[in-house]
Amino acid sequence: MTVGTDPFAEVAAACWSDAALAAGLLAIDPAGLGGVWLRAHPGPALDRWTALLRELMADGAPVRRMPAHAADDRLLGGLDLAATLRTGRPVTERGLLAETDGGVLVVPMAERMNGSVAARLAVAIDTGTAAVERDGVSARHQARIGVVAIDEGRDDDDAVPAALLDRLALAIDLRPVDWRTVDRGVPETLTKPVVEAARRLLHRVNVDEAAVASLCGCALALGIESLRIALLAGRAAAAHAALHGREEAAEADLQAAARLVLAARATRMPADEAPQDEPAPEDKDASQPEDSSEDPAEPGTDTPSADQLLESIQAALPPDLLERLATGRAARQSAPAGGRRGEEGVSRRRGRPVGVGRGDPRRGDRLNVVETLRAAAPWQRLRGRDGGAILVRPDDFRTTRFRRNSESVTVFVVDASGSAALYRLAEAKGAVEMLLAECYVRRDQVALVAFRRDGAELLLPPTRSLVRAKRSLAGLPGGGGTPLYAGLEMAAALAEGIRRQGRTPGLVVLTDGRANVARGGVGGREAAVRDALDAARRIARAGIAGIVIDTAPRPRPEAADLAQAMRGIYLPMPHADAATLSRAVQVARGDPVGRRPAA
Amino acid sequence: MSNLYPFSAIVGQDEMKLALTISAVDPSVGGVLILGERGTGKSTAIRALAALLPSMKAVSGCRYNCDPAADRALCAPECRERRAARPDEVIDAPIPVVDLPLGATEDRVVGALDLERALNRGEKRFEPGLLARAHRGFLYIDEVNLLEDHLVDLLLDVVASGENVVEREGLSVRHAARIVLVGSGNPEEGELRPQLLDRFGLSVEVVTPRDLKGRVEVVRRRDTFERDRAGFIEAWSDSELTLRETIVRARRKLLEVGLPDAAVERAAELCLALGTDGLRGELTLIRAARALAALDGKADVDDDLIRRVAPLALRHRLRRDPLDDVSSTVRVERVLSDIFPS
Repeated sequence: MTVGTDPFAEVAAACWSDAALAAGLLAIDPAGLGGVWLRAHPGPALDRWTALLRELMADGAPVRRMPAHAADDRLLGGLDLAATLRTGRPVTERGLLAETDGGVLVVPMAERMNGSVAARLAVAIDTGTAAVERDGVSARHQARIGVVAIDEGRDDDDAVPAALLDRLALAIDLRPVDWRTVDRGVPETLTKPVVEAARRLLHRVNVDEAAVASLCGCALALGIESLRIALLAGRAAAAHAALHGREEAAEADLQAAARLVLAARATRMPADEAPQDEPAPEDKDASQPEDSSEDPAEPGTDTPSADQLLESIQAALPPDLLERLATGRAARQSAPAGGRRGEEGVSRRRGRPVGVGRGDPRRGDRLNVVETLRAAAPWQRLRGRDGGAILVRPDDFRTTRFRRNSESVTVFVVDASGSAALYRLAEAKGAVEMLLAECYVRRDQVALVAFRRDGAELLLPPTRSLVRAKRSLAGLPGGGGTPLYAGLEMAAALAEGIRRQGRTPGLVVLTDGRANVARGGVGGREAAVRDALDAARRIARAGIAGIVIDTAPRPRPEAADLAQAMRGIYLPMPHADAATLSRAVQVARGDPVGRRPAA
Repeated sequence: MSNLYPFSAIVGQDEMKLALTISAVDPSVGGVLILGERGTGKSTAIRALAALLPSMKAVSGCRYNCDPAADRALCAPECRERRAARPDEVIDAPIPVVDLPLGATEDRVVGALDLERALNRGEKRFEPGLLARAHRGFLYIDEVNLLEDHLVDLLLDVVASGENVVEREGLSVRHAARIVLVGSGNPEEGELRPQLLDRFGLSVEVVTPRDLKGRVEVVRRRDTFERDRAGFIEAWSDSELTLRETIVRARRKLLEVGLPDAAVERAAELCLALGTDGLRGELTLIRAARALAALDGKADVDDDLIRRVAPLALRHRLRRDPLDDVSSTVRVERVLSDIFPS
């Protein structure tokens, strides 16, 4: 590789050579490695990388593309409707998972994937089979696949579901790679015959105990909890050894594995004594793996210790790791909830399916073809069918029923500004927690928007996970100005999105109403209050239900005005503690008359 | 089934293994829920359970896993007709451990009209679903928190009533479905409904081992397994056999285990102190302690046994303040040390 003096070119060259290497390793052992977490934007680098992978894959091994939102009938397989209707007997078809057996499934925009698709891929990677129990089909197909999850996410809010990431050995980043770097090509050693030889050699490669210990120690020091990742690092080392014709994993193989598998998943700096995300007492020994005297095996002379491995991958650690750690976001990057975008948004576009019943598709109900066929089937002989097309009468039509707006999402809008923080941010947090518990019991989802300084932040997208809600709340710092308008605007946009998905949004605003940051981040109380009231009126016009809880020690008119502009309920809570607050909101929400008082 | 990772080769995770072993000894304990982070071997352990279960008496050719000794009233019409025509042929069959895969649809879970027969022969025949297949055995739900809500409702109903009633496509079928639910999930990916939580007899929270030695051992064993499944399974076959025999012996001895009044009172006292809802907790606690007594070869249920199974049987039944920082495990432990001063 040519290394220029330009630091950017250097980074690009390093990323590209790692990416090419990852393509080679994946081509050697797609099912064993599980796949690649490929951070990239569409462009020449991505195109060239995909072409390289295709080129190196075994002859006849399928490389299929899968949309991130693939539905179950395509993913798992089921009844082949066209063939069934044509032939008049049930014909089953295999899904993408089974069709990709022995090959690689490429998923563009994997950051848009929802938790249930990710879970299906995860099962296929874990078990090498695709189990189908749907549409009257019961089958097990082989599905030994590797997954290339192309993560095109531009910020932390978009992330590939963690359940999937945990099963993809290789993590590479093509974002810094420009076309000039790509044009220089890939190492000459990375050719199809070499990869084929490596594939044959792979099952003879041994990763000894000392090497496993080094990789495990390195993973621990980087704060990688999952054992699966440590296991995958071992397999990557084996594949790398095979690529270089070695039957015993050597130092270079371990370094490559640490760089390609472990580095991108670090949640703390290796030298960092203090555990980063959660203060777990057991973490103490984790940060010094090398001093444990009862190491299963002392590293041999040619096996690097965990320490040496760490050193070798310093350059590959995410450049912004320190910064992210400082803001407490590393944990988020490493553990975005799989169910976050939820199944709801996709498979329940029109509310939750709650079964199938007789219906008329001409009225716009969604026809359920399989159930319709079932309904028509017993009558075929009576209706005089002679082996040709199936005779379906309007009576047979079955449609899927959805329960619309069955789910509500409570959006908490929390004032974390200096003025609120001074008084009672802690109490507001307590109240939100209690309300969360209540939402949990009712199976509602919750979301959390906080505003302070010069803007609002979506701390928690709609979720049912209390664990996450609580974590994001605990990490909420206080201080700074009060950009009330920004909080309300973000909440309104979120609420409208929720409604488009067929769920019912409701806002709970906790503030003292004393806005002092206006649109555009300018100071000035008057403009700030005006902007906030504008935003509140927009919420009222959109017909979104809301409650304003005045957190000021002495209630003042601002918050009441706000509630009125929102056409929501106003709850002054001068001396209320968390429990009183929560009860008040419960009462306010439970009262159908008080829900939306006439303006 | 034969190329699964052996149960006894799982490193550590003693609580999870204990819970699964207990449910293998006495299915009436009511299944196990395993919650934990990714990559802690939850699915591995549950799938491995199948190999440890003894066989059961079944009727040859029965699509509903009928118990030859069972009450005929609860059998599907098909079984009643068959019995009227000829006597049952009784065979030994493995206790079923049925996977409920993600994306399963309602028709496959409860059963539905057999489309093939209907289209080809115009015959109205019921095709039993996963519930029939899992009758008298275990239904394993991986990622239980990703299960569609209407399927959860359906399962709750069937597990509570012990029978599956199907009314669809002009078919009216009712068959016994006594099923033990075994589930695993990651709480980070969505909470479980309290109603579903309560249906599991025992619950376990698993965490990744934090010590290097343990972690290396896990990775090593898994790697050895992946390279040579047959060899690995062979190497562990002795300990698998021993464990299986222990379970079979415990199942036989289960009814002989004595249940002194003192033990029943202890269980009641414990549940009262913890404020668990309903009687289910107490019942499960006693049954689990009895199964453990049978496993350990003890004659009677005693304080020590109750103490050991209490966290498993009770921690998911505490009245939930889901945001309380103190985990349910800690709450159970506190009450335990109050009631059983050491």
